Amino acid sequence: MAALAPFGLLFGVAATEAGLGLGAAMGFSIGVIAGASQFTAVSLMADGAPAVVVVLTALAVNLRMAMYSAALAPHLGAAPVWQRALAAYALFDSSYACASQAYPRHPHWSMRDRLMYFAGAAGPAIPMWLLVTATGSALGATIPGWLALDFAVPICFLAMVAPGLRTLPQVAAAVTSVAGALALAWVPYSLGLLIAAILAMAVGAEVERRLTGRLA
Amino acid sequence: MTVATVWAIIIVLGVGTFLIRFSFLGLIGRRPMPEWVLRHLRYTAVAVLPGLVAPLVLWPQATAGQPDPARILAALATVGAGLWTRSVLGAMGAGALALYLVLGAEALL
Repeated sequence: MAALAPFGLLFGVAATEAGLGLGAAMGFSIGVIAGASQFTAVSLMADGAPAVVVVLTALAVNLRMAMYSAALAPHLGAAPVWQRALAAYALFDSSYACASQAYPRHPHWSMRDRLMYFAGAAGPAIPMWLLVTATGSALGATIPGWLALDFAVPICFLAMVAPGLRTLPQVAAAVTSVAGALALAWVPYSLGLLIAAILAMAVGAEVERRLTGRLA
Repeated sequence: MTVATVWAIIIVLGVGTFLIRFSFLGLIGRRPMPEWVLRHLRYTAVAVLPGLVAPLVLWPQATAGQPDPARILAALATVGAGLWTRSVLGAMGAGALALYLVLGAEALL
């Protein structure tokens, strides 16, 4: 929750730097409401990548949410479809992290309890995300060049990824991603990143498979 | 990029992201996902974000694509602090601190 404020603020600024107005910045934060993919999209747009590549690469960032969805389905699957749709809209890294820890610990919770818990975990983040996006977008143009805000996006992403690099497969995936993106930087239409990401995903999964195979 | 393209990106990305989030909740995922799919999904964020950042660190637009010590050191500080403190905010703070220290030192010299 605490990391949300600077992240959203910087997204608003990055959107302005990419030439997007307040409307488009808010469009991203309301319609997509997934910080890392919003940054990815805006950064590729600033690079002049084709729209299809922007969408595919940003969606690749969000694929992890299918895993969140699968993890919560056993707990929320019996709720009415509109409630599941609302929960899906609000399925962020933070709300998933809270719910996936709380539900197994409280198996006696009624569906109402579970939904109330989810609303409490996800709800406050939404107005906050919109508020900081709007603030960043409004501030964007007034921020002087010496603040080097172009580097806010790299710092944000590295700060999001580094604390999670706890296992060998994760490190292998990250290294492949970096090496692949640099080696494939010449590929037209900014497609190099997408190719590097697919390779990195496969490397992470394969290293994990071999490690578990050895342990088993 | 035209206004229409920007909004098309927002709408398609928004709908696509919602469908990813709704996927198993929507299907009332009684059927478990195959293990190999889960194994790949675990690495999506770590597979995309470092690759997105790497060229921005080594060849920043702000210096016309020339490697810049301040940005490289700031990136190293962010990763180092993230690994060390396991805290997103700690990593962000360390990166910003390193960036401004080196930029400030460069401005003074």
